[in-house]
Amino acid sequence: MIQADRKRVVVTGMGCVTPLGHEVEQVWQRLLAGDCGIGPIDHFDASTFPTTFAAQVKEDYDWRNFAKHPERHEHIERNTGFALGAARQAWGMSGLDDRNELDRDRVGIYLGSGEGILDFENYVGCGAAGWDTDNRKIDAIKWAAAAKEKLTLWREVEQEANMCLNHLATELEVYGPAYNCLTACAASTQAIGEAVEILRRGDADVMVSGGAHTMIHPFGLTGFNRLTALSTRNDDSLHASRPFNRTRDGFVLGEGAGIVILETLDHAIERGATILAEITGYGSSADAFRITDMHSEGRGPRNAMQYAIANAGRTPDDVHYISAHGTSTEENDKIESKAIGDLFGKCANGVPPISSVKSMIGHLIAAAGSVEAIVCILAIRDGIVPPTINLNESDPNCPHDYVPNEARKIPVEVCLSNSFGFGGQNNTLIIERFVK
Amino acid sequence: MRRDVVITGLGTLTATGTGIDPFWQAAVDGQSALARIEAFDPSGLDAQIAGEVRDFKVNAIVPKSYRKATKVMARDIELAVGATDCAVRDAGLVTPGTDPDGERTYDGSRCGVNIGAGLIAADLDELTRAMATSFDDQNAFDIHAWGEKGMQSLTPLWLLKYLPNMLACHVTIIHDAQGPSNTITCGEASSGLSIGESMRVIQRDAADMCFCGGAESKINPMAFYRQMVTGRLTTTSNDTPAGAVKPFATDAAGTVIGEGGGILVAEAAETATKRSARIYAKLLGYGAGHTVHPNANGLEPDPAGRGIAAAIRAAIKDANVSPDDIDLIIPFASAIPAYDQAEAAALGAVFGDRLKDIPLWSSKPYVGNCGAGAGGMDMAIAAKCLAEQTIPSRINCDSAIESLNATTAASTSASLNHVLVCSSSLGGQNSAVVLSKA
Repeated sequence: MIQADRKRVVVTGMGCVTPLGHEVEQVWQRLLAGDCGIGPIDHFDASTFPTTFAAQVKEDYDWRNFAKHPERHEHIERNTGFALGAARQAWGMSGLDDRNELDRDRVGIYLGSGEGILDFENYVGCGAAGWDTDNRKIDAIKWAAAAKEKLTLWREVEQEANMCLNHLATELEVYGPAYNCLTACAASTQAIGEAVEILRRGDADVMVSGGAHTMIHPFGLTGFNRLTALSTRNDDSLHASRPFNRTRDGFVLGEGAGIVILETLDHAIERGATILAEITGYGSSADAFRITDMHSEGRGPRNAMQYAIANAGRTPDDVHYISAHGTSTEENDKIESKAIGDLFGKCANGVPPISSVKSMIGHLIAAAGSVEAIVCILAIRDGIVPPTINLNESDPNCPHDYVPNEARKIPVEVCLSNSFGFGGQNNTLIIERFVK
Repeated sequence: MRRDVVITGLGTLTATGTGIDPFWQAAVDGQSALARIEAFDPSGLDAQIAGEVRDFKVNAIVPKSYRKATKVMARDIELAVGATDCAVRDAGLVTPGTDPDGERTYDGSRCGVNIGAGLIAADLDELTRAMATSFDDQNAFDIHAWGEKGMQSLTPLWLLKYLPNMLACHVTIIHDAQGPSNTITCGEASSGLSIGESMRVIQRDAADMCFCGGAESKINPMAFYRQMVTGRLTTTSNDTPAGAVKPFATDAAGTVIGEGGGILVAEAAETATKRSARIYAKLLGYGAGHTVHPNANGLEPDPAGRGIAAAIRAAIKDANVSPDDIDLIIPFASAIPAYDQAEAAALGAVFGDRLKDIPLWSSKPYVGNCGAGAGGMDMAIAAKCLAEQTIPSRINCDSAIESLNATTAASTSASLNHVLVCSSSLGGQNSAVVLSKA
């Protein structure tokens, strides 16, 4: 699977906006300390919903503090605001702006970002105005009249799932290959993997990658509550996200963004960039089983991990740390544990330590994998892995070492990061210390 | 050495009908399929015509064992499943979807699925019916009532109908395709990018075969309104739908929304040869680029078309040919004047004086602008042009801007070796693909 002529791809910048802070080092220290970013939902009145809490980006975050061209982003949605902050941090760290001769046709973007938020109040208003009580359906003429009055151009356009991408390209003024993929909870891991492939084959010199998302809005919460995918531990929300714990009862919605700057090794060396890590492997698979359930043998996740490890030219024995998808749902944590056990069970040193930062920042949905990739880069840099908090009741279906409750100092050279999407799209990255 | 990638199956579901044959026939005959909207009463809107897929029932094509799952398919998903079914059958593949008892003719673990998607609007009747449980005396929505009880009237799997990745996910399940799977959501550029990336997936040996393209339906009040409010739709041709879309014409007045799917079976040349598959064309080169909007709003394209030109140049270079080798161009050609101008500028920058000699053909007058499905449909027509050595009819353009070779002309046979297909999204993503004769 390894093409001999492929280029090596390194990370030269990173940035994030999460419920634990708006800057990488702060978020990292709080993750290592086991802090939790969960609290009551205050974006809207969720007080009677089955779930009343989430991990929200705090009110003091303002994308205008990061963007250099705020006038280009007047109408953006919340997710794009997260992306702008994370991207400016990453871009600044990479030092690419100091390079006058940067070929901007050779700088691309690959995001795994979500859609913008529905204009809820006006959408609902149109529904009420257009509702034909007798026939129990929408009267399209009445609805259209209400829509013309209430639904505005920018609130509608900015919902499109490519708008985050549009604003980043406009902010950074880059013209290269540009994509957004929305493979549910696997999106930003997939985006980073695909961006790596674009650089490997020489279609760009630099790729801005990662994701941004929020589904903390009335219909987002409604959708996940109806699926009974969310924790309803309303009286103890700080301990609600409990991946791999026997008493887990669902995931906790989070929001935010993670962005990395990826570059071919040649390009990074040539401009004297500081190299943070190398991305050596990417694997993508489909469960091809059911829309609603994972395959009980975890064949899709196992395949994605296997492909990524082979793609990196590694074996399972080489992996020191696994950043799990680890959502805190009954099904994911059991099946991910099985797939990991099947793949790593025969390793000389046993299954490597696994943790899920979703226990602290919740599930950032499309953006989750990008922040978790940054966690892997920092674990390699500092020789310490973050804990899975709220892990005090063991589950026989989750028999591995999940770094419970306290960060752990271990040498980390090679990390594996998992993201699995609803519907069965699975993606895995291998991230390594850069060695010349 | 990278692997050669060929197209062995064409699957289109458009206003012209099910499959590539009615679509090709309409294009050759110069018969537009645009008409007044039937899916809902459009009288309250300024634009009232569209390219609707009619007489398509997803239940008729999925295996019996999968019929229950069609309840959680938004129309976009149904169209993707339908177009894929056409493509898979056209490619002569036996899958658990086409024949549950048949003997497989491909390796599911080496088959990927990359299907582009749009922003899927919730079914208004269904959602409002649920919301109506929570309207108060003043007909205002009471979110407390909704949280407490109202939401329970939505089916538990409601959210899964509207996740854009479900187009690909249902297809992976129906056809047991366990290889790499992706969902690109870049508006009208989605399927061009998905097909280009599938070519790369096969080239790098991560799969032998991909079902790739896209599907979308914006023919429901919410999604249609969302397009109308951008000012991109023509509102002057409600009584003359067949003549409504005028790509590159001096009197172009906007585009018309269509719905449907365009899915290809892209395959490594070696596995296609091994199973003696019919080869329509070769996927020879691919490029992508971004338009940076001078006013940053995302609605007006860069008049110089720099991002479009970047994509086209990259595709031609990747194909290892020169601009002189391109015999036919299927541009995005939406008939939105600012977009047509930008695309013309980009084509001019790449092809120079020779541009006026290269015929431009557009699918938009026939089936409308089908969003995430558009690029796949165009690619299917391009493959057909190469296989038939024919340029289909060009309609609705009496006088073209910039002296482009886009004016009305009857279908004609032509010696075609290389066809360029372009797409550009609202939001700035551009794709370009060069196909060549098999």
